[in-house]
Amino acid sequence: MDLQIPESEKFFRDEVRTFLAENLTDDIRRAGKLVTSVFSPVEEAMAWQKILHKQGWAAPHWPEAFGGTGWSVSQRAIFAEELVRAETPPLVPMGLLMCGPCLIGCGTEQQKAEYLPKILNGEHFWCQGYSEPGSGSDLASLKTFAEKDGDDYIINGTKIWTTYAHHANRMFALVRTKKDGKPQQGITFLLLDMKSPGITVEPIVGLDEVPEQCQVWFDNVRVPQANRVGRENDGWTVAKYLLMFERGGQAYAPGLNVLLEKIRVMAGKQQGTHGTLKDDPVWQYKMASLEADILALEFTEMRIKSALSSGKDPGALASMTKILGTELLQKATELRIETLGAQALIWQPQALVPGAEQPPLGPEYAMTAMPHYLNSRACSIYGGSNEVQRGIIAKAVLGL
Amino acid sequence: MNFQMNDEQQMLADSARSFVRANSDVEKHRQNKQLVKLDAATWQQFAELGWLAVPFEEKHGGLGLGVTETMVLLESLGEGLIMAPYIATVVMGGGFLRHARELVQDEKIPALIEGKLQLAFAAEEYERVFSLENTAMSGEVQDNGIVLNGTKACVLNGDQADLLVVLVRTEGAVGDRHGLSLMLVDANAEGIERLPHRTVDGRQGAEVRFSNVLVPHEFLIGELNQAADIADSVLQEALLAISAECVGSLSVLLEQTVEYSKTRQQFGVPIGKFQALQHRMTDMFIAMEQTRSLLLAATLKTAEGHKDAPRAVHAIKAQLGRGGRKIVQEAIQIHGGMGMTDELGVGHYAKRVTAADGMFGNADRHLMAMAAARP
Repeated sequence: MDLQIPESEKFFRDEVRTFLAENLTDDIRRAGKLVTSVFSPVEEAMAWQKILHKQGWAAPHWPEAFGGTGWSVSQRAIFAEELVRAETPPLVPMGLLMCGPCLIGCGTEQQKAEYLPKILNGEHFWCQGYSEPGSGSDLASLKTFAEKDGDDYIINGTKIWTTYAHHANRMFALVRTKKDGKPQQGITFLLLDMKSPGITVEPIVGLDEVPEQCQVWFDNVRVPQANRVGRENDGWTVAKYLLMFERGGQAYAPGLNVLLEKIRVMAGKQQGTHGTLKDDPVWQYKMASLEADILALEFTEMRIKSALSSGKDPGALASMTKILGTELLQKATELRIETLGAQALIWQPQALVPGAEQPPLGPEYAMTAMPHYLNSRACSIYGGSNEVQRGIIAKAVLGL
Repeated sequence: MNFQMNDEQQMLADSARSFVRANSDVEKHRQNKQLVKLDAATWQQFAELGWLAVPFEEKHGGLGLGVTETMVLLESLGEGLIMAPYIATVVMGGGFLRHARELVQDEKIPALIEGKLQLAFAAEEYERVFSLENTAMSGEVQDNGIVLNGTKACVLNGDQADLLVVLVRTEGAVGDRHGLSLMLVDANAEGIERLPHRTVDGRQGAEVRFSNVLVPHEFLIGELNQAADIADSVLQEALLAISAECVGSLSVLLEQTVEYSKTRQQFGVPIGKFQALQHRMTDMFIAMEQTRSLLLAATLKTAEGHKDAPRAVHAIKAQLGRGGRKIVQEAIQIHGGMGMTDELGVGHYAKRVTAADGMFGNADRHLMAMAAARP
C-alpha cells in the first residue's frame, strides 16, 4: 500500500490545467463562481460544454467509440477534480451523465447513432421524467400511463421535480405500461421530444427563488414505440442501470475541499476583537471537524475508485458516498453562513444572475452563501432521498 | 412559580391569535419578490390594537408592560410569519427611546405608539463578527455634536425607518467596552445614504452609509462613551423578542411536518408510520419543548431582574441555531421536494428561523458569551 502518484498522472494533471487556463472564458469563470446549486446557469454551462466538446472532453467516461476519451479511472478523477478546483460551472448532467451512458448500455444502434452525438454537442438538452406527485421515494408506484396505439404510445399523467424541463427539448421518462402485477414489472423507459403536442411545463420556484424544478403534464402525448429503451415493462432494469451513473462515480471530496478553502478565506476576513474568525477556537473546531470528515470521505472515494479500476462493482457503496457527500456539503454550507453572520441574510438573488448589472451589497463572496445553503437542503432529498439510501445499505450491505 | 398567563397576557395572546388567523403573511412571503414598502394599514391596526404601546410608560400613552407580554405577542406573530417591523421599531427602537433624553422621549414615544414613527437599530458592520465591543465605525466628538462617518450593514427596517439608532465608537479601540456611544439620527439627514435590500426571511433591511453626519449632543442615548450597558439591555430584549417569534414559527413547522407525515403516502402507508421518521419527529418535538423552556427561563428571569438573566438570554438565542435549526432542517427533509418549494409555507418559516440565528451573533457566539458570563 502506498500513496505514490505515477509520473504519467502528474503529467496528465498539468495537461488539464493548461487546457483550463487557456480555454476558460471570463464569463464561464464568473458563472462558475456564482453557482449555488449542483445545476449551473444553463447558457454558460452549455457554452462550456461546447468548448470541452471541441477538445473531445465533454464525456470522458463514455467509451471512445461514442466520443469518450479512453481515459483511465484515475485520469477521469483527475479531470473532474481539476474542473472543480477551477470552479467551472458543472455541466448539465441529464444528457452526459445519465441518458448517454444509459443509451450506450441499453439503447438500440439506431438510438445511439441518433442521440449520442446530439448529447455531446448540446443540440439535445435532456431532462429526467421520473418522480410524480404521488411517487417520490416510492418511485415504482408511478402512474403516468402509456397506452399502445399502432406504432405509438399515448401518454397521460404528470411528472414532478423535473430539473430544467423548461430548458429541455428531450426527456427520458419512466411510464407505466401495465397496471397489474408487481409495480416494478409494468414500467417502460421512453425517450420523448418535449415539443410533442400535449406536453405542458410549469416551473416550480424553489427556496432560493430560482425556478430549477418543474412539473410536466402529459395530455395524450404521442411517442413512437421506436423511442423505447429496453423491452416493454422492463424499464425498471434500464432505470436501475442508469441510477448507477446518477449515484455512482461522482466524487464529492474535491468540491468540498474547494468550498472549505473558500470558507477559510472568508473567515480570515471577519474581524473579531482578538484577530479574525479564523483564529477563533470555536470556529477552528468546527472547521477541523469538517476537514476530518472530508479527509475520510476523500479516501473512501479513492478506495471505491481503486475498486472500480480493478473492475469491481462498488454497488451499494455509491449510496454511502451519496449520504456522506450531500450531508457534508450541507454542513459546509452551514459553516459558511455561520462564518458570515448577518451578511448572509442580505437577500439579492438578482445579483446572482450572470451579467447582472447592479453590484451586490456587502462583500461579493457573501452573496452566494445563503442561496447555496438553502438549495443544498435538496441534496438529501433528490437522487433517491438519504432515507432511501440508508435503506439500501441496511438491506444490501448489512443484510437486515 | 406559575407558568399560567394572567388576564392581561391572555387577552394579548387572544387578540394576537385572532389577528394572525385573519392575517397570516405566508401568502405575502410568496408574492413578495421585490422590496416592499411598509404596510401602513397593518401598522395602523397594530396601533389600534394597542400593541405598539406595550413596553412604554403610561405617561407617554403606553401600557406599562414588559418582556413577558412582548413574548406572548411575538410568539403569536411568529405563528403567522408577520412581516411588520415590530421588533425593529417597538422592541429595539422603542427600547432605546426609553433611554433617550426626557424631551426626546416626550416627543417620539407618543408618535411611535400612534404608529407614526418607524425606527431601526444600526449596529452590524461588514466583515466584523458581531459584538458591541467589536464596533469599529467611529463618531468624532466635537463641541456642537458628534460627526458620524462609516457604514452600517444589515440594518433591519433601515430602509423605511424615520429614525436610526446608531452604535458608534467615540473613544478607545476595538475590543473596549468603554467608548461606545448611541445616538438617534434622522434617517433622512444630509450625508446619509440608504441602500435597501430584502433579507432572506422577507424582512426589509438596508446598508446605511454616513458621510459627515453631525448629531447634536442632545440626541445621545445615555452618556457619551458609556452606551454599552444600555445597548446590552435593549439587545437582550431584542434577542428575547426574536426568540419568541421563532418559537411561534418553529411550532408551526413541527405541527405541519407531523401533519404532513400523516397524510403523505409512500409504499402504501403514511410516511409517519416509518419508525425512522417517527424517531426524528420525536426529536423535533423534544427540541421544541426545550426551546420553549429556554424562552420562558430567559424571559421570566429578565422580567424579574435575576442576576443570571443574561446567561439565559444567550442560551435561548443559541438554541435557535441548535434545536431550532434541527427542527427547520428536519421539517424540510420530511416534506421532501415540497419542503424545497416557495409554494409551501414550510420554506418561509424555515427561512425566518435560519435568519434569526444570523442576527446579532449566531449560536456559537452566544454560547461563548454564556461561558464568559459564568458567575
